[in-house]
Amino acid sequence: MDVTIKIRRYDPEAEQPGSYWESFDVSVADNATVLDALIKIREEMDGTLSLRCSCRSAICGSCAMRINGHAGLACKTALALAIGEDNSVTIEPAGVMKVIKDLVVDFELFWDKIRAVDPYLQPAGAEPEGEYIASNESMLHLSAVTACIMCGACVSDCTVLEVDPTFLGPAALAKAYRFTADPRDGNREGVSRERLRNLSEATGMWDCTRCNECVQACPKGVAPMDRIMGLREQALQAGFTNNNGARHTGAFTESVGNSGRLDELRLPIKSVGGVTNVAAMISYAPVGWRALTHGKMPPIRHHNVENVENVRRLFRKLEPELAGTQIGRNSPFG
Amino acid sequence: MLEHDVLVIGAGLAGMRAAIAASANGANTAIISKVHPVRSHSNAAQGGINAALLDRGDDWEDHAYDTIKGSDFLGDQDAIEIMCRSAGRALIDMEHMGVTFNRDDEGKLGTRAFGGQRRARTFFVGDFTGQALLHVMFEQLIKSQVRSYEEWFVTSLIIEDGQVGGVTALEIRTGQLHAIRAKTIILATGGCGRIFEPSTNALIVTGDGMALAYNAGAGLMDMEMVQYHPTTLAGSGVLLSEAARGEGAYLRDKNGNRFMERYAPNMMELASRDVVSRAEQTEINAGNGVNGCVFLDCTHLGEALIMEKLSQIREIGIDLAGVDMIKEPVPIRPGMHYIMGGIKTDIDGLTSIPGVYAAGECANVSVHGGNRLGANSLLDTIVFGERSGNHAADACRGINFLDFNEGEVVAREERRIADLLERPDNGDRWGAIRQAMGESMVHNVAVFRDEQTISEAIRDFSDLRERYNTVPVENKRRTFNTDLVFALELGYMLDVADTIAFSALERRESRGANARTDFPERDDENWLKHIVARKGEVGPELSYLPVTITKWTPEERKY
Repeated sequence: MDVTIKIRRYDPEAEQPGSYWESFDVSVADNATVLDALIKIREEMDGTLSLRCSCRSAICGSCAMRINGHAGLACKTALALAIGEDNSVTIEPAGVMKVIKDLVVDFELFWDKIRAVDPYLQPAGAEPEGEYIASNESMLHLSAVTACIMCGACVSDCTVLEVDPTFLGPAALAKAYRFTADPRDGNREGVSRERLRNLSEATGMWDCTRCNECVQACPKGVAPMDRIMGLREQALQAGFTNNNGARHTGAFTESVGNSGRLDELRLPIKSVGGVTNVAAMISYAPVGWRALTHGKMPPIRHHNVENVENVRRLFRKLEPELAGTQIGRNSPFG
Repeated sequence: MLEHDVLVIGAGLAGMRAAIAASANGANTAIISKVHPVRSHSNAAQGGINAALLDRGDDWEDHAYDTIKGSDFLGDQDAIEIMCRSAGRALIDMEHMGVTFNRDDEGKLGTRAFGGQRRARTFFVGDFTGQALLHVMFEQLIKSQVRSYEEWFVTSLIIEDGQVGGVTALEIRTGQLHAIRAKTIILATGGCGRIFEPSTNALIVTGDGMALAYNAGAGLMDMEMVQYHPTTLAGSGVLLSEAARGEGAYLRDKNGNRFMERYAPNMMELASRDVVSRAEQTEINAGNGVNGCVFLDCTHLGEALIMEKLSQIREIGIDLAGVDMIKEPVPIRPGMHYIMGGIKTDIDGLTSIPGVYAAGECANVSVHGGNRLGANSLLDTIVFGERSGNHAADACRGINFLDFNEGEVVAREERRIADLLERPDNGDRWGAIRQAMGESMVHNVAVFRDEQTISEAIRDFSDLRERYNTVPVENKRRTFNTDLVFALELGYMLDVADTIAFSALERRESRGANARTDFPERDDENWLKHIVARKGEVGPELSYLPVTITKWTPEERKY
């Protein structure tokens, strides 16, 4: 199979450092992976190409990069499926993290966030003599999360991190969930209250916008966004509702449940705890002014949808089924 | 200067376990690795970790016997006793640290059967046990606050007048050379699989620590004992765990026959790895395979079991060979996987160089002998990682740092690297030389080998070393110059390759993984001994060491 690999390269020691595209025409086996092609280039065509890779079997997490614009593991991506009609594929370094050289990015941001969630088991009380007794189901559930290989694909494509580097991000939050969902971590009931309190703060679980990019990018099926939703559910159940994220979710549910549509004027106000939060009100002023002058201000009087009773009936019907879950207490659309 | 009591080289399971132990034992400890710790090759261990848990009626002596028999009686029984006796505690410690082991119906740790053992004592996390353990060990490393030099490549050990003083290392990101002072050093750099092509091993597994020790005068022991794993995927050579057979998968020839009944009527597919690999190779050589492969058949196991316990190797089959093991048998063949040999250590991890310790695959404390049992390698790393960490920390007490000239040492390494960079670009690339070395090894020092083939390999390596002496480094920059790192690694690999071939030629019998077609029988009278390779004027010099036998007398090995 003859293919063209277009690589976005970067050499910090060049006279005028800057990224540029370079194309390589390579001939590889029909079942070759993207990594096979990159290794061939590195070994046979251009020794100056830098990339990280090691295991070739999607377990070491070294070779996450953007393939045709989306993050993935080069070793897990079949070249035949990646090439377009012109028999070419584009390769770029992972996003969000700073490029060091070619396809090698600086993982410091990634590891800082992992370290920030105290990523080790913190049980209450003394350890048992033998193993902790735990159900196989609980361990299988955790193993689906610990299957994370820390490749950074989710961080690369996270749309929040792209604009707000203070966000803990999908990998660290999934790592945190791995502890909050562990019956061995936290108090005797297995509730990791301190973790949930900290993760409810700004930059934590409530900053995810649910864009689903991390779920798409993850090569191991960890589904980081689903774990973040799991964290939210755990935090609400543990009573950590005094924060913008939890209030936002509550206000959203209340609005839709009562009127059948979202009250866009009051949602942001309720999210920050009401008009008494003067600092937040002042921070909203420029946005409010722009909305007003551009004709985008939501109506002051919020109207119910027609036949609102149908929506209310739906909510009442769902309530018992979803009692105790995030959806039962709040909105699934938060 | 950077300065630590204990410096651990390599951040896989053995290295991190050693660093955590040394730090807990009061030593100022650091760990240095050419990759980030979680990229280490311990990740690739799939099937599990062995331990005889006494509270469920297992017996560590039973585990020890299986290990000794698996080793074809070449393992040192004092070391094996320590490993098997310590296994239960080591396993429970890992569980307490947070490993999400699969459970049984009562919520206790669950087990699966594994090769060469009469009892199911392999504890596991799906089919990614190594990754699960490695990441938990990294969590503990973070907790311990041990200093970690990530993506630093060690270029030499500093040893003056027989005393270890530290290392020189290349900071890969900047290309800067550093000296790090240390009172004791623990080598935990893993195996040397990339000397072989194909191999299940990751691209980073290049025998660095073995070569560093060898060049510093330490002995490499049992290097002829190279494990060919029975189930590596056709084509890419990637590993498919023994867990598949542990869960009940069959091996079949092209006609669908379970050929193992003729080689190991009792244990069948779960005979020890050397036995199964020889059986497969015999069938393939006799024309009973397809395209050089036989088949791993999981189709009768059912989708539910495969999805719960073998999901990752199923993905590998789909991604790399286009075969879904739920629906059809997977073509497999024996492939180089592990080296039982390594830097000779005592039971505390100490090598023949005072202050230099070794643990994990790069070491040979001699628990695997001629053939390692599946799921004993993770156990080895944790038990002997911890022991070497503790002993290396103890050894620091009351001794001073070696007073070497930092500038001189760094300048020496700078010159060596400058020489490499300044070479003309007309020599063979390192990639071509490594490929030729790997293919010669797999062809000539294979599952079956004889004097003629091994001699062929030795001649090849001699030629390749000539070519290595002019290998160019195309990348002249400093930042993340992997071209330079690979060239240095290739030098390490060529050193280790020689010790493997010379040791294999020397052992004129068939024992464990060293199956000599010109000497097909095991010969306890002459060869119940270790072969040790030390660096000589021209290539390895060989000597012998006795096998330590405590209470298990060598006997005929049948499965």
